[in-house]
Amino acid sequence: MNATVLPLAYLFAAGCFVLALKWLSHPTTARRGVKAGELGMLVAVVATLLEFEIVEYQWIATAIVAGVALGVPLGLLVPMTAVPQRTALSHAFGAVAAGLVGTAEYYLHRPAIDATMMIAIGLEVVLGFLTFTGSLVAAGKLQGLIRDRPWVYRGQNIVNLSILGTALLMVAALVARPDAAFLFPIGVALSLVFGVLLVIRIGGADMPTVISLLNGCAGLSASMMGFVLHNNLLIVAGALDGSSGLFLSIVMCKAMNRSFVNVLFGGFGATSSDGAIERRPVRSVDPEGAAFLLDAAQSVVIVPGYGMAAAQAQHKVRELTDALLKRGVDVKFAIHPVAGRMPGHMNVLLAEANVPYDQLYDLDAINPEFPQTDIVLIVGANDVVNPAARTQTDSPIYGMPILDADAAASIIVVKRSMRSGFAGVDNDLFYLEKTQMLFGDAKTVIGGVVHELSKLPAREVAAV
Amino acid sequence: MTETLEVSLFIFVLASFLGYAVITRVPGLLHTPLMSLTNALSAISIVGSLILAGAGEAAFATILGTIAVFASTTNIVSGFLITDRMLKMFKRREAPRGSSAAPPNPPSGATP
Repeated sequence: MNATVLPLAYLFAAGCFVLALKWLSHPTTARRGVKAGELGMLVAVVATLLEFEIVEYQWIATAIVAGVALGVPLGLLVPMTAVPQRTALSHAFGAVAAGLVGTAEYYLHRPAIDATMMIAIGLEVVLGFLTFTGSLVAAGKLQGLIRDRPWVYRGQNIVNLSILGTALLMVAALVARPDAAFLFPIGVALSLVFGVLLVIRIGGADMPTVISLLNGCAGLSASMMGFVLHNNLLIVAGALDGSSGLFLSIVMCKAMNRSFVNVLFGGFGATSSDGAIERRPVRSVDPEGAAFLLDAAQSVVIVPGYGMAAAQAQHKVRELTDALLKRGVDVKFAIHPVAGRMPGHMNVLLAEANVPYDQLYDLDAINPEFPQTDIVLIVGANDVVNPAARTQTDSPIYGMPILDADAAASIIVVKRSMRSGFAGVDNDLFYLEKTQMLFGDAKTVIGGVVHELSKLPAREVAAV
Repeated sequence: MTETLEVSLFIFVLASFLGYAVITRVPGLLHTPLMSLTNALSAISIVGSLILAGAGEAAFATILGTIAVFASTTNIVSGFLITDRMLKMFKRREAPRGSSAAPPNPPSGATP
């Protein structure tokens, strides 16, 4: 193969990647986007294998076989509720690949490394390794292997920032003295430690932002690898990944009315005690009562939250939706951008349960509809419907755009207990005159409501 | 500034702007598939890993490259598979209910 074919193959692949993301702008074209991405990937890999002097095939073959053996179950068998931790794990994999390649490049070429090359290697390695351990911790938290509550102590920010600062200082020193090889492992170790410390202090509901940020770091690291290897395709793909991470982080921060710095260094939710909240009377309802209420409604809006995912209740929610639709009740879903543990988490779960996507509404689309809604059914959501975000200036969630569930005629809240949400603030919505609490595991109680509905006589839709 | 660096930076900045412009059009509905797809795409770093693992330069480079090829392959395979699996599940309401066809609603999350 001559030298012009490879750049053209890479250019083709880069074009495929951009088209893949463009087609992702609508559900009807999105699967075409996956095909485009796959085609670009295939062309780039085949062209690389043909062009370069590959002398050691057995290692590559073994690695590819092992990668496929792990990738197929990770892609096909992971349940949709576990997608956040799978995503975190894949960020770790991508980042460690970049970190290791950067490490090898340094040791192969030192001490003859010019300043720009050393900066690129340094950034690739620091970003790669901090994303690696950070993503592993995030995956561990999401999987429930590590305590979900943020781990905070005094002076934590100073410790964290000085670790990152020292790691970057090592890079700077290596730029000045590329032959000072002993600095390199120190930089690697500090990056690994920083990744752990950064994410261990961040709690569950901030995971959407953290995962987005790690996505961006993994992308940047891959892009830096492109600078090191003079590979334009890598630069482009890494930049695309990086901008998706940046974009999603901004969306998540806006949806919580918080800044990036506040998420990473604010220790949000860490001060809350577990359930030490004044006891005020609430009205509670059983599945039978809830079924009566829902049956009498004209319009119902369901607000899903992390509780729905945790209880794996999405299929029962879909059954309830079907039962209500059959009885002539209009059902819509209100999706808050930060509901769940990663961007778009609720949408994927509901899609898995076969809820058509034109029944899903985002914040801006659904908020004007709440005043005309008979019943809002909140399934495992809390902070995203807390009216304190609008009124209480001293609340940690003040200013966060919320779903105006309190504007509806009546509210049913499916919740395990009266424990506060992630932000650790009490929710006045639960104490309203028009709110009824349906306590219990979401899957069980929603199943109960469906069962009770089926016992009710068929509704005369025309009579109203 | 060397010529290669200049070209690289040029490509990086333009690709970032292009990526951002394209990605802002992805609705909130598809943000999870967006993340898994971009993750699969950035596993194109397999190209660099292949060159490193296959060049036979030094034992440690081959080992690091091999691990990197393994990690990237995992991401490519699982990333594309799970993205497609998710996208397959996004469906519209099958048949419009009632006599007149229901007007199609825009997908959720059109605004960032």
